[in-house]
Amino acid sequence: MQQRRSLLSIPASLLFLLPAGVFVFIFIILPFFWIAAVSFTNRTLTGRTAVDPEYVGLANYLRLFDPDRFLRSGEFGASLVITGQFVFFSAIVGQVLLGLLLAWFFFNRKGWVRETVQTLAILAWIMPDVVVAFAWFAFLDRDAGTLNQILSTLGIGKPDWLINLPLVSVIIFNTWRGTAFSMLLFTSAFGSIPPSHLETAAVAGANTWQRLRDIILPLIRTHIITDLILITLWTFNTFTPFLLTGGGPAFQTELVSIFTYRTAFKFFRFGQGSAVGMIMMLINLVFAIFYLFLLRRQQVKL
Amino acid sequence: MASVTFEGVSKHFGSVKAVHDVSFSISDGEFVCLLGPSGCGKTTTLRLIAGLEQATSGRIDIGDREVTYLNPKDRDIGMVFQDYALYPHMTIADNITYPLKVRGLGAAARRKRAEEVATSLQIANLLDRRPGQISGGQQQRTSVARAVVHKPQVFLFDEPLSNLDAKLRLEARSFLKHLQQELGVTAIYVTHDQAEAMALADRIAVMEGGRVVQMGPPLEVYRQPATTFVANFLGSPPMNLLRVRLELTKQQAMLVGETFRLQLPQISERLKGVVSEGEALIAGLRPEHLHMANDSDSWSIAGEVYAIEPLGPEALVTLKVGDSLVTARIFGDEPPKANVGEKAYLLFEPERLHLFKASGERIP
Ligand SMILES: Nc1ncnc2c1ncn2[C@@H]1O[C@H](COP(=O)(O)OP(=O)(O)OP(=O)(O)O)[C@@H](O)[C@H]1O
Ligand SMILES: [Mg+2]
Repeated sequence: MQQRRSLLSIPASLLFLLPAGVFVFIFIILPFFWIAAVSFTNRTLTGRTAVDPEYVGLANYLRLFDPDRFLRSGEFGASLVITGQFVFFSAIVGQVLLGLLLAWFFFNRKGWVRETVQTLAILAWIMPDVVVAFAWFAFLDRDAGTLNQILSTLGIGKPDWLINLPLVSVIIFNTWRGTAFSMLLFTSAFGSIPPSHLETAAVAGANTWQRLRDIILPLIRTHIITDLILITLWTFNTFTPFLLTGGGPAFQTELVSIFTYRTAFKFFRFGQGSAVGMIMMLINLVFAIFYLFLLRRQQVKL
Repeated sequence: MASVTFEGVSKHFGSVKAVHDVSFSISDGEFVCLLGPSGCGKTTTLRLIAGLEQATSGRIDIGDREVTYLNPKDRDIGMVFQDYALYPHMTIADNITYPLKVRGLGAAARRKRAEEVATSLQIANLLDRRPGQISGGQQQRTSVARAVVHKPQVFLFDEPLSNLDAKLRLEARSFLKHLQQELGVTAIYVTHDQAEAMALADRIAVMEGGRVVQMGPPLEVYRQPATTFVANFLGSPPMNLLRVRLELTKQQAMLVGETFRLQLPQISERLKGVVSEGEALIAGLRPEHLHMANDSDSWSIAGEVYAIEPLGPEALVTLKVGDSLVTARIFGDEPPKANVGEKAYLLFEPERLHLFKASGERIP
């Protein structure tokens, strides 16, 4: 045993890690520090500060959190509020909960309905962003869109989705887009429960709801937390809704990712944009640590 | 407490006839073992009683109620699975009282009942642990405790001892028998271990290919196996089966084997009208009914010593008789002294001889 281990002793294993390490350093660690550094400057794309940026201290950050304008439309705070709603409805309620319900509904059910729904969900998940955005444009179009054709046949009227209900549209879009992942994850989680666990509960007299609450959910808790981590982070950082609404109208769908983009690449204020990027990174970190804490607590209990 | 009745019950999975036209009746308080080789339909039969499978045809009654189409929860049963199916996220106490929880019993009453049951099963000191923190034998008891906690009408066991080591299995076996008699509950127990079935059951149902081929008290099934399949399945080592031919004359009947000729007494009574001259039959002899001798006798079969295996209180002596092997259990402090290849004889008493038709069916 001792002999074997020395083969993969620290110097040797470091050698194996080196190639990957170089790339991680160049493309992840270096940019991170570069962005951190830029966020304390007034660097821009053109003009004097492009060549010779000045150190401005916390000015970029203070500007983001300036209480006078923080919650004004098109500002950072407003964007955070929109992102919060977006994440809550399209990630937690939409994808995780809907995915769980779909998986639960199709659990132990076979046949063409299950196959069809699963195939469609996976299709929605694997299609390229641009194709999907274009399809949704067509779907939501006020006059010729499929959705309004259906609604007006039912006599409900023809709302202009992307203009009048932009956030709702984007939330539905993102839920539709991502639910397949959660559904698949939970389907495999359900499959990992030994059948005898559920049969024991059935014999013991538990009804469907009791089985879900007492047996299934506790047994797949780790899966749920993992799914929550991934979906929350993905949704928080997603940029795809930009293809549908461009963040508008009037900043109504400006998620933080779009806000960052607008700051950094539309107005080319790199210093300001980097500051937003740093804040997003911190928020991601807080989410991840919170969920990992839940996960850790679960493992200790078992 | 209740009886369990099957009337022409079948369960088919597509073209697989897992259980086929099974009828039996188990009375109140009886301990019945379903015994048979892998794939013979034991588990399916048990799951039909539990309601975990729906019968393709036939009728199942528990007590005076028809339950054929009832859900498991409405059948008032307790079941122990082979893997125990304990919930890893619940304490032992919560595991045991889960059937009471779903019935809406309060926490304090549940705890009291858990302590009661756990005490009688000698796991009272484990109530606050989790299944991962107790031994296999303790897990098995926990699983039994959960099955009895709500005082069901019928207990169902699916090979509950097969995950225990040999010593623990014997202990748990005595314990289950004691518990069942103490509670007086109807119990149906699936096993493929004939010794377990013999030890536990009031009656054994031997299954083969989805059917019950014989059902009766253990000793009856052991002493009068209905077919060669049953004869071969019960006993360790199993019954010796030898191909013989019947020579029938007016006065006497003779069984002719490869190395022996046996003259049957009172032939007319036993065989009249059942067999015919020249018919091929199967003769059966239990190993414990054979004795070793150096000389032939009118009730002996001759062979060459093939192996001698001393086991302590007894020895297994195997002779090569023609093309087949015949095993005898020889009791005594000293194993018989004989060399491999030596000629030897196995003696037996005429009334110990079993006779089967070539199709396997017993000749009474
Ligand atoms: N859900 C199912 N679908 C299809 N075939 C099944 C199913 N359950 C059981 N069978 C088949 O029915 C037959 C009887 O199975 P069963 O589980 O009752 O056997 P068993 O006697 O319990 O065997 P073992 O001792 O191996 O547990 C087998 O041939 C099995 O393959
Ligand atoms: Mg089985």
